[in-house]
Amino acid sequence: MMSYAEAAALAVSHAMERDGNVVVMGEDVGRGGIFGQYKGLQQRFGGDRVIDTPISESTILGAGVGMALAGLRPVVEMRVVDFALCAMDEIVNQAAKNRFMFGGQGRVPMVMRLPIGIWDASAAQHSQSLESWFAHIPGLVVTCPATPQDNYSLLRAALECGDPVIHMEHKTLWMSQGEVEVEQRAALGEARTVRNGRHLTVVSWSRQMQACAQACEELAGTGIEAELLDLRSIWPWDRARVLESSARTGNLLVVHEAVQAVGFGAEVAATAAQETGCRIRRLGAPRIPVGYAPVLEAQSRITAADIAAAARSMLD
Amino acid sequence: MLEGSQLAAGLYRTMARIRAFENAAEIASQGGVSAYGSSAGATAKVRGPLHLSTGQEAVPAGVCIHLRPDDYLTSTHRGHGHTLAKGADMGRMMCELFGKATGFNGGKGGSMHIADFSVGMLGANGVVAAGLPIAVGAAHAQKLQKRDAITVCFFGDGAINRGPFLEALNWAQVYGLPVLFVCEDNRWSATTASGPVTAGEGASARAQSLGLPSVQVDGNDVFAVHETAARLVKEVRATKQPLLLHAITYRVKGHVSVDAAAYRDPHELEAALQTDPMARARAHYQAQGGDLALLDAIDAEAAREVAQALAAADAAPWPAAESAFTDIQTTGAGQWR
Repeated sequence: MMSYAEAAALAVSHAMERDGNVVVMGEDVGRGGIFGQYKGLQQRFGGDRVIDTPISESTILGAGVGMALAGLRPVVEMRVVDFALCAMDEIVNQAAKNRFMFGGQGRVPMVMRLPIGIWDASAAQHSQSLESWFAHIPGLVVTCPATPQDNYSLLRAALECGDPVIHMEHKTLWMSQGEVEVEQRAALGEARTVRNGRHLTVVSWSRQMQACAQACEELAGTGIEAELLDLRSIWPWDRARVLESSARTGNLLVVHEAVQAVGFGAEVAATAAQETGCRIRRLGAPRIPVGYAPVLEAQSRITAADIAAAARSMLD
Repeated sequence: MLEGSQLAAGLYRTMARIRAFENAAEIASQGGVSAYGSSAGATAKVRGPLHLSTGQEAVPAGVCIHLRPDDYLTSTHRGHGHTLAKGADMGRMMCELFGKATGFNGGKGGSMHIADFSVGMLGANGVVAAGLPIAVGAAHAQKLQKRDAITVCFFGDGAINRGPFLEALNWAQVYGLPVLFVCEDNRWSATTASGPVTAGEGASARAQSLGLPSVQVDGNDVFAVHETAARLVKEVRATKQPLLLHAITYRVKGHVSVDAAAYRDPHELEAALQTDPMARARAHYQAQGGDLALLDAIDAEAAREVAQALAAADAAPWPAAESAFTDIQTTGAGQWR
């Protein structure tokens, strides 16, 4: 058993052992990262390869682009996705576009770690889930692991794929425990079927998978068999598996922690509607900033009860 | 006059090639974009915004002569001069401006994204100051890989008012990276004069505030740029520490080629034209006993090269439509919707 944070550190450590061009940089990575997701790496690989940086998001990301063009494979840490907004030019105009706009003369094999999600009363600027922003940008791969195993496997895959990857860990999953088999590799763009069912397909990702699993368990108690899919990769996404399942069950419920409006669930829902004609329901946060006080923050959370209720309403 | 004269002719040749290239591109770009009261038409060969460095040629000529092919260079939206001076092929660059398959970027980038990785030119950039973080990253890689090469980062006076300028200089200084920052101070930020919107003494003063040594030079005197850059490049190469060259020059044309710069005081332009770097190089060359006929021959040769580049670009094929779907990403390639 190991934690989601330990699985991440292990994945980067294995990649660094294997490839001398892998370097890590970001604020506080030397002392292991604020969540322990880089623990032990600087002691092991030295300060030249695990680089503590100033609070310079534009240049952490932009230097990563320059390093990648010059032959390195940087892993850059943004601490929370909200801070990466200071580096949107470097992500969207540089990392994502350089390969194309230079006609394939250079590539940007860089993993950008942009943790998402609501955690511990952190309010409007430390709680967002912005995966759909990055899924919208040609050139980027977007991953959202829900388990320690997937954090390990997706990070390894991200580091090896040669494309710029936005790897979005969830801030309340860092301490979550699970088995990690280092031989188990995940293909980017491949969903995972968490449970099989015939009445309804539930698609989700990241921390929201936990509430979905709980809801599916509750539904099973009342005779509703839900099939639960963890998308894992937001782009590319496993449309074949989602379409096959939703065509079979005839019902698709997409759930995410991000704001529902223009969330990635809309993309999944619209595709399924067009391709399968199944019944569709989306469930995401209301379009409000995440508030600080518990009662305010709760308005942005999607609970297992919400999910179960949405599922029942579809099958009525 | 032997060695000095050859050097002078070499510097003049680089400037003449840049000037001739940009003059031709300027003509080919008229009607290429709707802006500044001009409308785009179907006949323009060079389409979209074309940013000319006319009058600034002494800076890339004087700096890049000291660089090796394995040194990196990052550029700006006004990057034709840097690219040619770094050794890129003029014909392929004209093809790229025309949007042809034979251009450096296969027609995917155009003037604003010109790049030639084979000579270490890591790209022009459509975003002001965006090249600075990329340059320090490239230099950081050179340091980590224990390479002997350096990185030269060109940017303009407008860039120093963006955050990445401060971040990148700080980065280069704290990590001790082999970067020569070159501020090509042409006094204009798009269509706004830089002076009134810039506090303090500009690029060199800001660099010094970070402990990063900087030198100011008359950027329209190619010999002064050459001499100063020789010293700075040598020092960056030897010490692996960053330095900044602040070259004062002047943007003779508007922000883009269809911008007549009517907002500018005509006296300012007139005064600037008196210090045109090519005219000054000619005068200097003659004063040193050089034969102007040689420089005339260089001009004629540059004109021939440009004519060939134009003809080649005209004749070259357009990119295949399918190439809009290549060089994007390998993971998920094919999933375009």
